[in-house]
Amino acid sequence: MNINLTIIGQSIAFIFFVLFCMKYVWPFITDAMAERQKRIADGLAAADRADKDLELAKEKAAKNLHEAKQESAAIIDAANKRAAKIVEEAKEQARVEAERIRTAAEGEVEQEVNRAKEKLRAQVAELALAGARKVLEAEIDKTKHKSMVDKLAANL
Amino acid sequence: MAAEEYTPTTTEYIQHHLTNWTYGKLPAGSYCDGAQVQESTGWTVAYCSEAMKAMGFNAIHLDSMAWSIGLGLVFVLIFRWAAKKAHSGVPTGMLNFVEIIIEFIDKTVKEGFQHRNPLIAPLALTIFVWIFLMNLMDLIPVDWIPSLAMWIAGDSHFYFKIVPTTDPNITLSMGFTVFLLMIGYSIAKKGFMGFVKELTLHPFHTNNIFVNILLVPINFALESISLIAKPISLGLRLFGNLYAGEMIFILIATMYSAGLLIGIFGGFLQLGWAIFHILVITLQAFVFMVLTIVYMAMAHDVEEEDQFTH
Repeated sequence: MNINLTIIGQSIAFIFFVLFCMKYVWPFITDAMAERQKRIADGLAAADRADKDLELAKEKAAKNLHEAKQESAAIIDAANKRAAKIVEEAKEQARVEAERIRTAAEGEVEQEVNRAKEKLRAQVAELALAGARKVLEAEIDKTKHKSMVDKLAANL
Repeated sequence: MAAEEYTPTTTEYIQHHLTNWTYGKLPAGSYCDGAQVQESTGWTVAYCSEAMKAMGFNAIHLDSMAWSIGLGLVFVLIFRWAAKKAHSGVPTGMLNFVEIIIEFIDKTVKEGFQHRNPLIAPLALTIFVWIFLMNLMDLIPVDWIPSLAMWIAGDSHFYFKIVPTTDPNITLSMGFTVFLLMIGYSIAKKGFMGFVKELTLHPFHTNNIFVNILLVPINFALESISLIAKPISLGLRLFGNLYAGEMIFILIATMYSAGLLIGIFGGFLQLGWAIFHILVITLQAFVFMVLTIVYMAMAHDVEEEDQFTH
């Protein structure tokens, strides 16, 4: 338990180690740790932000989906309406066409009837004439009627 | 035990374990019952405590110095390695361990020391880790390394203490280094007059200047004692705890030569004391560090002096 030069030797060693530690150890490690702390803080902040972004994206997606559904419903509705209208129009057109065809047919029939009537009329006249001729041939007696024909001829 | 050719008594055994390997300037004369005869004054290794006494201050404890510097180098190399490898990514293994220590020290320093001084944290780190490592040597069974040293030296009287903190030179030198820093920072922060005022106008103080002058000697006596007590208590607390711990280990070790049953009992005692000592060595390192931080903070506190100036 003698106090001797060791006390000075140890003091020198102590000062040396403290200075070494201050210059070459402490700042490096604490800097690295501070930097890591910052990185972790940044990472956590980024994660928070990502969380919020995800939330927003989900909301947006839901909104978009809803809108799309509405839109598609509207489109289907419109399509249905349009289909109904087309059918209606087609029906109307068909009806009009049918009417037109019917009218045309009716006109034709009438024309045909008229033509037939004309034909008949013409034939009736002929037939009447033929009948009349037959009757006349049977009734006419050259002698008897010679004077009447002659009179006619005389009128010419 | 100590040697092959001679069996020491218990007292000799204990004394042998508590003596340092001393190298010093020995005055001419005959020492150690004629075992060491110095013809002319010169530097040599002391053979016994009588020669060590004769050397006085002109001696150095080679074992204390070697172990403390060696352990200091272990500390510095590990931490330097960590400092070189330190990065902001995920720390692993040894680096993680070093960072845990650094963070712990940093937190303790920030709690106790609010001023800006880049020296304090490394100082605290060095004190804590270095003292811890030196204390840790206490847990190595007391005979292992000294016996190895004796075997290597081929001398059954070879003194070899492996716990530097059981040497008051080591602990007091650290205490006094802290003390010098304290005084240095006190004067730097408060000015020389501020430092003197702190010593003379405290703790007794009145508004009457003549009464104050009368109180100056009393204040100075009280304050200087409390100031001087700081490094001494710092050094002796550590020394006392470790010396006592070492002494108990040595006493337990003497039980091994006292029969099988007592030897086995001694084994359990040693185990128990070693486990308890893990707490003691850490605590002593921590106490030394915290007190250093507190003393440094006191040296930097300018406000304390302000209350006497108005």
